[in-house]
Amino acid sequence: MTYALTIQELRKTYASGTEALKGVSLTILEGDFFALLGPNGAGKTTIIGTIVSLVNKTSGTVSVFGHDIDREPEKAKQQIGIVPQELNFNIFEKPIDIVVNQAGYYGIPRSIAIPRAEKLLKDLGIGDKMYRKAMELSGGMKRRLLIARALIHQPRFLILDEPTAGVDVELRRGMWEYLRNLTKEGITILLTTHYLEEAEQLASHIAVINKGMIIASGTLEEILKLYDESATFGGGYRGGRLEEVFLQLTKEK
Amino acid sequence: MLRKDIVRMFRIWVQTFLPNVITSVLYFAVFGTMLGSRIGDMQGVSYMLFVVPGIVMLSIVTSSYANSSFTFFQSKFFMRSIEEILVSPTPSWLLVAGFATGGIVRGVMVGALVLLISLFFTGLTISVFNALVIFSFAILTALVFSLAGLVNGIYAKSIDAINIVPTFVLTPLVYLGGVFYSVEVLPGWWHTLTLFNPIFYIINGFRYGFLGLADVPLATCFTILGAFIALGIAVNWYLLRTGLGLHQ
Ligand SMILES: Nc1ncnc2c1ncn2[C@@H]1O[C@H](COP(=O)(O)OP(=O)(O)O)[C@@H](O)[C@H]1O
Ligand SMILES: [Mg+2]
Repeated sequence: MTYALTIQELRKTYASGTEALKGVSLTILEGDFFALLGPNGAGKTTIIGTIVSLVNKTSGTVSVFGHDIDREPEKAKQQIGIVPQELNFNIFEKPIDIVVNQAGYYGIPRSIAIPRAEKLLKDLGIGDKMYRKAMELSGGMKRRLLIARALIHQPRFLILDEPTAGVDVELRRGMWEYLRNLTKEGITILLTTHYLEEAEQLASHIAVINKGMIIASGTLEEILKLYDESATFGGGYRGGRLEEVFLQLTKEK
Repeated sequence: MLRKDIVRMFRIWVQTFLPNVITSVLYFAVFGTMLGSRIGDMQGVSYMLFVVPGIVMLSIVTSSYANSSFTFFQSKFFMRSIEEILVSPTPSWLLVAGFATGGIVRGVMVGALVLLISLFFTGLTISVFNALVIFSFAILTALVFSLAGLVNGIYAKSIDAINIVPTFVLTPLVYLGGVFYSVEVLPGWWHTLTLFNPIFYIINGFRYGFLGLADVPLATCFTILGAFIALGIAVNWYLLRTGLGLHQ
């Protein structure tokens, strides 16, 4: 068994003194669809920032397909495609250029990158806007542009940080479908969300994070069983909001 | 990335080129034409010819610095698009090289443009003593200051932070570095002080390329440039590698 991601005892204290991660350990198997569930401020973005080396960790180890991010940063980064929570492209550029330039950072020549980018953008439904300025895209289209950009170098491991936050229901379903197809192609996916329904629909493994700690993890069934025992809201959790589940979990402790 | 930089530069050429060109025209008009007629010759050449290399150098210094500091700052702050590069396997040295070359290209282009304009003021005469020296000084200087600008861009927390250094450090250093005079004409202590100004050596070497005149030997100038380049590369590489001033 190959692990796409191994995190051990990850800690992060920001310069402001905020202890965002208090010893997080988790593993993701190759080919898995893994959901990291947690409310706002739980530390999801911090974990992801550490994996893609935008955040300097305080301690702990992270490796991607066996490549330690400190010792072999370039090899680790090569495997990852990242869809960040916040938009971080130049809105004055055209989607096609944003995606093709990103390919350049991975050393992919333009002759290969251009057709690949065109196909990705078309598949994601922004084909007719790819030669317009990115700022003309709607919110949902901008998110999909982030996905196209993340996939341009054909990573084995795709990380999405709350990709459906603020996206309407129809579009969300479309995005889920797209992600499911990626898993079928063998791409490992790590997705963060604060919607329980999203995790239920997509993921085969789930970890629940709160206040910088993993408070539950396992397969979907295992997590559901855990909640069944403590549930006082009579099966209302199915499709319900994570916050309800949290109320249960935090009350116990 | 370099291509991206150059494309960007052309797109905003109005902002990037024009200010340099306008200030240079003013310098030529004020210092060269008006003062020149009173000062007469400097080290045996007409004052106008004497100041041309200095003013060209001034434009190279400020524009290469501004290019890399601003480009980096912009991609870090306004759009956060620097993250596109940071998450990719692009090694730190390549990132430094990309931004530095962007600065060089702009610095040298602006320098060439200013030189072209100087021809109108010198009556189309230009003295070239050693083209190779001119060219290598232009490039190396642009490199030094785009590296310095990059450090500034990486560290800057606000747009003011990338304007302060050029205004309060760079410009005075260039002015005091012998753009408008030969250090020979300075009183003793002032002369000694100038010898600590790195830009003095740069202007000196550059002027040597044009006129064959120098206050200090060429080798000294090259050595000092080389030392600053090495320092600039090392600092940038370290900052990017450790994420200092970039990562939380
Ligand atoms: N750059 C930062 N500086 C200081 N504190 C931060 C920074 N980013 C996040 N935090 C804090 O770290 C904690 C976790 O944040 P984050 O990882 O963004 O959570 P999530 O993505 O799960 O909403 C929060 O308390 C947040 O305020
Ligand atoms: Mg977040």
